[in-house]
Amino acid sequence: MTTKISIQAAHKTFGSGEKAIVALQEVNLEIGSNEFVTFVGASGCGKSTLLRCIGGLESLSSGSIKVDGAEINGPGVDRAMVFQHYSLYPWLTVTENIKFSRQLRAGREELTSSDVEAASGRADALINLMGLNHVRDAYPNQLSGGMQQRVAIARALLPRPQILLMDEPFGALDAQTREVMHDMILHVSKLEKTTIVFVTHDVEEAIYLGQRVVVMAPRPGRVDSIYQVDLPEQRDQDMKLAPGFLQQKKAILTRIRETAGMHTDYELLERMTQQAAQQNDMQ
Amino acid sequence: MSSRNKILARWDSLWVIRGELSRRTYLMFALFGMLVPLAAWWGVSVSGWMDKVFMPGPMDVVSRAYTWFMEDELSHDIWISTYRVLAGFTLSAVLAIPIGLMIGTYRPVQAMLEPLTDFIRYMPAVAFIPLVMLWVGIDESSKIAIIFIGTFFQMVLMVAEDVRRVPITQIEAAQTMGASRAEIVSLVIVPSAKPALLDTLRVTMGWAWTYLVVAELVAANSGLGYSILRAQRFMQTDKIFAGIILIGLIGLTIDQLFRWLHRRNFPWMYKK
Ligand SMILES: Nc1ncnc2c1ncn2[C@@H]1O[C@H](COP(=O)(O)OP(=O)(O)OP(=O)(O)O)[C@@H](O)[C@H]1O
Ligand SMILES: [Mg+2]
Repeated sequence: MTTKISIQAAHKTFGSGEKAIVALQEVNLEIGSNEFVTFVGASGCGKSTLLRCIGGLESLSSGSIKVDGAEINGPGVDRAMVFQHYSLYPWLTVTENIKFSRQLRAGREELTSSDVEAASGRADALINLMGLNHVRDAYPNQLSGGMQQRVAIARALLPRPQILLMDEPFGALDAQTREVMHDMILHVSKLEKTTIVFVTHDVEEAIYLGQRVVVMAPRPGRVDSIYQVDLPEQRDQDMKLAPGFLQQKKAILTRIRETAGMHTDYELLERMTQQAAQQNDMQ
Repeated sequence: MSSRNKILARWDSLWVIRGELSRRTYLMFALFGMLVPLAAWWGVSVSGWMDKVFMPGPMDVVSRAYTWFMEDELSHDIWISTYRVLAGFTLSAVLAIPIGLMIGTYRPVQAMLEPLTDFIRYMPAVAFIPLVMLWVGIDESSKIAIIFIGTFFQMVLMVAEDVRRVPITQIEAAQTMGASRAEIVSLVIVPSAKPALLDTLRVTMGWAWTYLVVAELVAANSGLGYSILRAQRFMQTDKIFAGIILIGLIGLTIDQLFRWLHRRNFPWMYKK
């Protein structure tokens, strides 16, 4: 597997002086071509920051991020990004949203006229792939959250990005819709040979989708550990119940808990229960 | 359920928080809201509590408006006032929209212009009248200038705020698709802020009418505001009433026009 993204000694600090927050400390990571890597970790450990740095929306304080051996410089059409929500253009229909990048000069430059026609076909293909045919002329606010995310993914995929960066893209969806989206995104990654970097809070999602799961730790934000996922390439929902899957899920959850420095205060809960019982007795 | 209960339940359903109202019921309530003050006014005027000189009745006002139209220059007054408002307002909008767009988009422009605009906006526009008369004279342009001063600075700040409300994710999504800065402004920020901008224009249009009256009270020899002032000198309270109500009606019409434009241009906001 050839290296697609190479992150070397990445540091990112927000603010300065006393109030400085180290969002990323000494992050080193290689992501392979067509690899599916997922990131989990306690809130505030720098997952979004790392993703935004790869996307070029944020720049590192020091260190480097290279794509195909070349240092990145700001956002680029080779790296598409899908946000958690509110990123669609409400004044455009589903089809117009998906075709948005075609109005941009950066998207047009590389196209010959025969490509333009092919691109039009691609929009249709993506609409079909995402199951959006019956809503292609609807506006985003007429769609459910799951449908909106499909539009956002289709829009990101239109210019054939080599890398897809996703920040909790299914965080706001219900469990059933999520499962459908999982199989859809796995399908896309195989079909389009896209390298996918996927941030989530959901460990089960991270294992099911990822070939590797990267656990990050907060204060300062850093890579804590990396788990290789041993699932067959063709995933299916029943695998989530296999002993190996559950074991890995438990291991990762425990590790996140340890790094989070947050835990349930059972003593406090016990005291509160007793107090409530006493008050009930008095009445 | 008895019919009395049914009526009560229906009545209760009208008061659901942010509930829906059928178009007919809505119009009924709107009409009610307009008719009650009108009836109260009429009641007071026929009761004789107040001298007709101070409180003319609705019919006096209507008949005064009629003679104003037939024997005097009502249509010219309406025309000239509307012209002044539109000229001052358009001048304001044409300058305020691009400037506000730049303030809301580029930090250095914001730093250069926003504190300054904030400062000027607190200076009472009315206090500029003597200066305007000295600089611009007392012809049409002075009235337009006063309306401009009254609306422009507020409008700049409101436009800047509208532009800043464009969600950052909409902008970042465009960046990751390779949009240039100019493309982000023209293809994302402007279309995203447009509905809010039209609302800003609608609101500032109301202020433009307020400053029209101020401008005409000071330096004019025609127009609705001027006529109101002159009527006061001759104790023609019915004419004062007629003038005020006419301005209200013109304002209401323009407001409805803006709302109609909003629905027509931004259908996606009204589809659910
Ligand atoms: N623009 C910013 N300015 C200042 N601090 C920031 C900024 N963005 C992120 N941070 C800080 O950097 C740290 C990492 O934030 P980040 O959003 O990357 O965490 P995260 O892992 O994505 O968290 P979550 O799981 O809650 O999304 C946090 O402490 C956050 O407060
Ligand atoms: Mg995050």
